[in-house]
Amino acid sequence: MNNAQIEIQLIAVIVAAACAIPGVFLVLRRMALLSDAISHAILLGIVLAFFVVQDLTSPFLIIAAAATGLLTVYLVEMLNRSKLVREDAAIGLVFPVLFSIGVILISRFAGDVHLDIDAVLLGELAFAPFSRFEIAGTDLGPRALWLMGGILIINLTLIIVFFKELKLVSFDPGLASALGVSPVAIHYLLMSQVSVTAVGAFDAVGSVLVVALMIAPPATAYLLTDSLPRMIVYSVLIGMAGALSGYWVAHSLDVSIAGCMAGMSGVLFAVAFALAPRRGLLAQALRRRRQKWEFAIAMLVIHLFTHEDLPEAESECRVDHLTEHLAWSESFARQVVERTVDSDSAVLEGPLLRLTDSGRAMAREAIVSWAPQG
Amino acid sequence: MNQTASDNALEVRDLTVAYHEKPVLWDIDLTVPKGILMAVVGPNGAGKTTLIKSVLGLLKPAAGQVSIFGRSYETSRPLVGYVPQRGSVDWDFPTCVLDVVLMGRYGSLGWIKRPGKADRDLAVQALGKVGMDKLASRQISQLSGGQQQRVFLARALVQQAELYFMDEPFQGVDAKTERAIIDILKELRSSGKTVLVVHHDLQTVPEYFDWVTLLNVRCIASGPVTDVFTEQNLRTAYGGRVAFKSQIAAGTEAEP
Repeated sequence: MNNAQIEIQLIAVIVAAACAIPGVFLVLRRMALLSDAISHAILLGIVLAFFVVQDLTSPFLIIAAAATGLLTVYLVEMLNRSKLVREDAAIGLVFPVLFSIGVILISRFAGDVHLDIDAVLLGELAFAPFSRFEIAGTDLGPRALWLMGGILIINLTLIIVFFKELKLVSFDPGLASALGVSPVAIHYLLMSQVSVTAVGAFDAVGSVLVVALMIAPPATAYLLTDSLPRMIVYSVLIGMAGALSGYWVAHSLDVSIAGCMAGMSGVLFAVAFALAPRRGLLAQALRRRRQKWEFAIAMLVIHLFTHEDLPEAESECRVDHLTEHLAWSESFARQVVERTVDSDSAVLEGPLLRLTDSGRAMAREAIVSWAPQG
Repeated sequence: MNQTASDNALEVRDLTVAYHEKPVLWDIDLTVPKGILMAVVGPNGAGKTTLIKSVLGLLKPAAGQVSIFGRSYETSRPLVGYVPQRGSVDWDFPTCVLDVVLMGRYGSLGWIKRPGKADRDLAVQALGKVGMDKLASRQISQLSGGQQQRVFLARALVQQAELYFMDEPFQGVDAKTERAIIDILKELRSSGKTVLVVHHDLQTVPEYFDWVTLLNVRCIASGPVTDVFTEQNLRTAYGGRVAFKSQIAAGTEAEP
């Protein structure tokens, strides 16, 4: 690995981590689409600020872009509050307007500077090491590394300091405001974070892929854990893993690094979606299969329990009558009887099934546990 | 802020709340003395939840004044506990029972500070009261409706408030939980707290509560159950749909 490769991977990992942190709360608050809106709309801020300062590296660009991000959030909320437009439609209305103004301005006035639409949409991580951060002629490394490192530290600090408030507002905004924790203030804090992060990541990965880095790792982590702190840590690690693996896929195929990073984030999500321990598709299928048998055994045991010691027991508890009484297919009934006998809940006495003590206890418990409970 | 005002837990004067130009609450006057258990009843859309939300400052009223123990809500905030409707939060949120109960402590902790051992002890104790101490570390998505409501109640208990607002705590819970909740409400009352409960089941009003407010956009009547829970008032509050009310009202009137 040469120096540039190491620098690119470092930037990729830091961008991914910085994006994943606010992403967790976007996912939990069901605001994933707002990140899409913000990451596009900030283009207008960048373009306008560029016209004023004529310098693509000015910090003023970040401030202007973040302000446009907040403006987007505000406009979406205003439309939504009017009750004439729903939130998803409001998002779909606001950001294309701001984004398209940005695109028009670039194509009309900024044709000769390095601010083209491809770079805006997709970014180019491979060029990141060319833009250096220098103080008094000393090279301190790539500018993007410093910028995103700073944003990562800000995001981490804010999430640690306001963890309690972010959690409360995300879970129960009603209680939050009754307790004096303003959901609006926390919302705009989070949205500022998303805006600033999107601006910083914009250069490196472009406005479309920022969204992937913000949403895919938290969505993956959500499948893997039930604890919020763990979800944040997992999101960061998954984002980093996607970034590194994406880099090497891009390297070996000689294609866009940002594209592969986002692609690998998607692959990691797909893996978790299929294989996550409790929530994944496979775990669910296995659980359903197990429950199917458990349920069938319980049904049979309860059936026997209801009819035992009654005159009709002779016909109700006959193995060959189960197909008729419970409307089971013959092979299914045979398997259920086998499993029930295996579990020592009933014994076969000739053609009759008789409950054992443990079977009777199980029936009682099953009846109680399915009654409405507190 | 006169002397008489602070004898009451809650005083609402001329409260009007409107969504666009449509009034949801129309000039409500309401006085809640200290130490009572009050039901707020009324048909759907009567503004019961709106009343609570505007008292707590979650909605901005078009007009009117609210005072809690003789002061503004901002000043009295530490004295107020709130149990929102169970359905108003996302029960798939990645957190556990104890953590949700601890949220009740966030108000007295203030910004940034984390809950400590004392807060945790309080939370465990409150969970014990609602019979949920064994489920402290359970993921909240695995709770039944009744258990969710108990968690919310435990969370309100750790707020250690003087005046509680509960929005439909009996909504969709089993009989056992309903019993447990009403026991706790009565315990709160006997320790001098005031509880205001949005309630749906008219049948249980005389049994559970000592005061009642009948609401239907306007405040129809408010006072001790024995005085105001009458067929006449119910008819006014519920309009024509009172076919079954006469027996309820008759039931209360039979009492001394």
